[in-house]
Amino acid sequence: MIRFEDVSVTYDGAAEPAVRGVDFEVPEGELALLVGPSGVGKSTVLGAVSGLVPHFTGGTLRGRVTVAGRDTRTHKPRELADVVGTVGQDPLSHFVTDTVEEELAYGMESLGLPADVMRRRVEETLDLLGLAGLRGRPIATLSGGQQQRVAIGSVLTPHPEVLVLDEPTSALDPAAAEEVLAVLQRLVHDLGTTVLMAEHRLERVVHYADRVVLLPSPGAAPVLGSPAEVMAVSPVYPPVVGLGRLAEWSPLPLTVRDARRRAAPLRERLAGRAEATAAATAAPADAAVPPEGPPEGLPMGPPGGPPGGPSGSPPARPPRPARRRLFRRAPAVDVPAPAFAAEVRSLAVRRGRVQALRQVDLTVSPGETVALMGRNGAGKSTLLSALVGLVAPAAGSVRAGDAVPHRTAPRELVRRVGLVPQEPRDLLYADTVAAECAAADRDAGAAPGTCRALLSGLLPGVADDTHPRDLSEGQRLTLALAVVLTARPPLLLLDEPTRGLDYAAKARLAGVVRELAAAGHAIVLATHDVELAAELAHRVVLLAEGEVIADGPAADVVVASPSYAPQVAKILAPQKWLTVEQVREALA
Amino acid sequence: MPRKAQRPPTAPDTGAVPPAHPSNNTDTDTDTGPADVQHGHAGAQRPANGPGTGTAGAARPASGIGSAGARQTASGSGGLAGGSSSGRSLRERVSSAAEPAAHGPAVRGAAEPAAHGPAVRGPAVRGAAEPAVRGAAEPAVGGVGVRGSRGALHPGAWWLWALALGTAATRTTNPLLLALLVAVSAYVVAARRPHTPWSRSYGAFVRLGLAVLLVRLLFATLLGSPVPGTHPVVTLPEVPLPDWAQGIRLGGQVTAEALVFALYDGLRLATLLICVGAANALANPARLLKSLPGALYEIGVAVVVALTFAPSLIADVQRLRAARRLRGRPDRGLRGLVQVALPVLEGALERSVALAAAMDARGYGRTARVPAPVRRTTTALTLGGLLGVCAGTYGLLTAEGGTYGLPVLLAGVAAALAGLRLGGRRSPRTRYRPDRWDVRAWLVAGSGAAVAALLALASVRDPAALHPGVVPLVAPALPLWPAAAVLLGLLPAFVAPAPEELS
Repeated sequence: MIRFEDVSVTYDGAAEPAVRGVDFEVPEGELALLVGPSGVGKSTVLGAVSGLVPHFTGGTLRGRVTVAGRDTRTHKPRELADVVGTVGQDPLSHFVTDTVEEELAYGMESLGLPADVMRRRVEETLDLLGLAGLRGRPIATLSGGQQQRVAIGSVLTPHPEVLVLDEPTSALDPAAAEEVLAVLQRLVHDLGTTVLMAEHRLERVVHYADRVVLLPSPGAAPVLGSPAEVMAVSPVYPPVVGLGRLAEWSPLPLTVRDARRRAAPLRERLAGRAEATAAATAAPADAAVPPEGPPEGLPMGPPGGPPGGPSGSPPARPPRPARRRLFRRAPAVDVPAPAFAAEVRSLAVRRGRVQALRQVDLTVSPGETVALMGRNGAGKSTLLSALVGLVAPAAGSVRAGDAVPHRTAPRELVRRVGLVPQEPRDLLYADTVAAECAAADRDAGAAPGTCRALLSGLLPGVADDTHPRDLSEGQRLTLALAVVLTARPPLLLLDEPTRGLDYAAKARLAGVVRELAAAGHAIVLATHDVELAAELAHRVVLLAEGEVIADGPAADVVVASPSYAPQVAKILAPQKWLTVEQVREALA
Repeated sequence: MPRKAQRPPTAPDTGAVPPAHPSNNTDTDTDTGPADVQHGHAGAQRPANGPGTGTAGAARPASGIGSAGARQTASGSGGLAGGSSSGRSLRERVSSAAEPAAHGPAVRGAAEPAAHGPAVRGPAVRGAAEPAVRGAAEPAVGGVGVRGSRGALHPGAWWLWALALGTAATRTTNPLLLALLVAVSAYVVAARRPHTPWSRSYGAFVRLGLAVLLVRLLFATLLGSPVPGTHPVVTLPEVPLPDWAQGIRLGGQVTAEALVFALYDGLRLATLLICVGAANALANPARLLKSLPGALYEIGVAVVVALTFAPSLIADVQRLRAARRLRGRPDRGLRGLVQVALPVLEGALERSVALAAAMDARGYGRTARVPAPVRRTTTALTLGGLLGVCAGTYGLLTAEGGTYGLPVLLAGVAAALAGLRLGGRRSPRTRYRPDRWDVRAWLVAGSGAAVAALLALASVRDPAALHPGVVPLVAPALPLWPAAAVLLGLLPAFVAPAPEELS
């Protein structure tokens, strides 16, 4: 159905081809998964299928791409619109009309289908994707998962034979991602649709794939094979594969179910050691001794280990105890001096007519890492915004250290709390990395060179004169993190930090966060990434509809929840192991 | 893989050439053929919901197979379009069969037998499924399903109604009548506006109207007014101006007459604006697009997309100002706004490029092949029509062209419209649930037109009541029958469908 014949793509002004020697075929009715680290040209390959590369993006395509028999050289994207449906990374930039129903019909209108066919397919698609209740709603009012489903639905209605998806689940919470993937599964099984999809979060998708196309490194020819074959050699792999490689299972299991059936001996070996780890995981919350003022020991050295390699420390490493307990003022009875880096008491926040948060209580101690999880729209970002004073509480109180965020001048506040927003690019204004760092030093009142030193520590090898736009997602996130850390805030907030990161960048981020926590930073991360939460968090707080519904040690909270449990926990349940690293350490 | 084998042999052909989707001109009959077939599946699959009844369809008499075969060849003669739709129809059948199973909890287990069951049987099923088309399903689906009766009123009706109220407002300066017009529009908006973001624009237009009123009063106070008056309210210091600025006054005496005149005048303009606001709130301008002729549709989409960028720009500014705060910079003030301008523009550009890519990939701008004579005729008609319009207008406006002006103008308009209509053939687009101009639309538009016409009549018959005197000052009285006429504008609040509740 999709055939690449020795394709290479060179963008205008680039010295090297973005992809080279791509030669594979996806037969009709298969779900093919395109995997590889960031920057290997996955999006280019996807764009070549829909004809957007090179007709829309420019550049030179050598070789031949045929889709359903049509050569993309002679067919423009609009002439492929009836056989290829494309959904990009950001569903919002995909929408042309403003209500769900019209959006579903738009593609069919362009193709000129008869009115009665359109009407019926819209109804079918509404049911297929579970959107019937939303049909008249303006798209802008939908949640992320709903928008993603509308985007998929809008390309499904013309009944394309090929569906091309670029990271369809990266912005979604685990339940919404399952929903979207179940729909894709049905399309492949019931309608014979051919799906080509790129996704970083392999743990969500790899077991749905019929075949995997691995782009191992930029410019390298792709490796093709069944998921198990490719996962055995891939530089990117989900935890279930990591565990399989560790336990030397062959063939590699791809699903939790397969792995569980093999895991009995492993569980036995681990049984005696389970207690110790569970105790260690719970430790930091109690062991945290609140240091006063901003932490001094920021990580200036290399971050925690090489990417993807064993980063050595379990998440349970207790923070370095800061012994100086010099409170600036004596703790009063009703206003305790900032024993907590963040303290939220019965907080309520309204956004427009929506009650975004109600009766939220949360405390974060220095040295503690807390993961905020919950559905899209559960109030995670709002809680973070309240902690940096971007929204004022309607009731209750918020304190970040000794400051009330929404009443503190921005200049003062950056020394107490820092937020890396969902889109790190928002934080970056300057033309070059060097200018950005200099501006950050000025903003934070830090000694010149502070930010640059931090950046070099976190991520060696970023040139001074690079434009922030040219950095990869992971590099940009690190730059934003360095900018925020320049003011040395004792409380660090990360909103959805792993969106769009590959496993290597994620491992690097995990190492950095772990070191920051060890240096006494209190860290709150809002994330959908259960594996990241399992790896980093001491505590997990679940939010639903603006309320806290669970708050406890990571192992207890995530293992108890089927949708938030990481793969390793599911495989080794009822024992409370969360990551491959923990298992590796216990076995060592 | 048995699924591959189910594909009709026509399916690969669809790939070779993009199917020339029939527009509303030539291929209509071949087009309806497969469409009928598709109806059939909806009907024929209904029994498949129950496990046992699925075979009932297959057991239909053999005459069904024959007729289906005939139909198949008929659609085949329609060329690729027919072939591709019948290919699609098979897929549709599978999907519709799969659907009931999906609602149950055991999706994977149950969906597959349901999906494969009927399809694997091959030609027999096709034969069985299609005759049912004619019998039961066709009238039902064709009759009910196609009609765009979702209850919403045609947006054009709302716009006509609101513009007519605005026209009525220009016919009078009586503040009581104007206030009545505003009240009528406000009542209808309150009763019938949908729950959508754009329906909040009424408030913005009311504020804009008030601002216009205030500016008008301010100008009358500062710059004086040509209205002679005898009731000084306040005397401002007058700024002496040089000779060449004769006729302009700055400051000086402000009379009650001048203020009242300015108030009436400003109120008229404000009412006009508020009526436009009512149209905006009641009918999404984007829906008006659906009523544009096909030749203009794509320009219309571009305009509407450009308009919808304004709200997302504002959201960007807010997000980036928040980000400034995160950097420890003040988030208020003009400087903050200037500094986020560049990132906001960058973001807007990027988004528009992404949107353009998405629209391209979804078939925006597809054109149908139009024979050269038709193309040439279109060009000739459009150009000739526009020339005719120009000449006719010139003739109407000059003294000596009185005789030929009107006919030339009308002929020009007709030719231009014909050109537009013919030009629409180049666009293969169809409309999904186009808004229908029904009785309620007539009533709504008619009520507005009646208000405009009656007030125009009243302004001729009884100018004194509609234009209350300013010199000398008299209290405006409410003329009875024009007021009653304005109340006709309330009709939409009762005949228009109530807005749907949000789920």
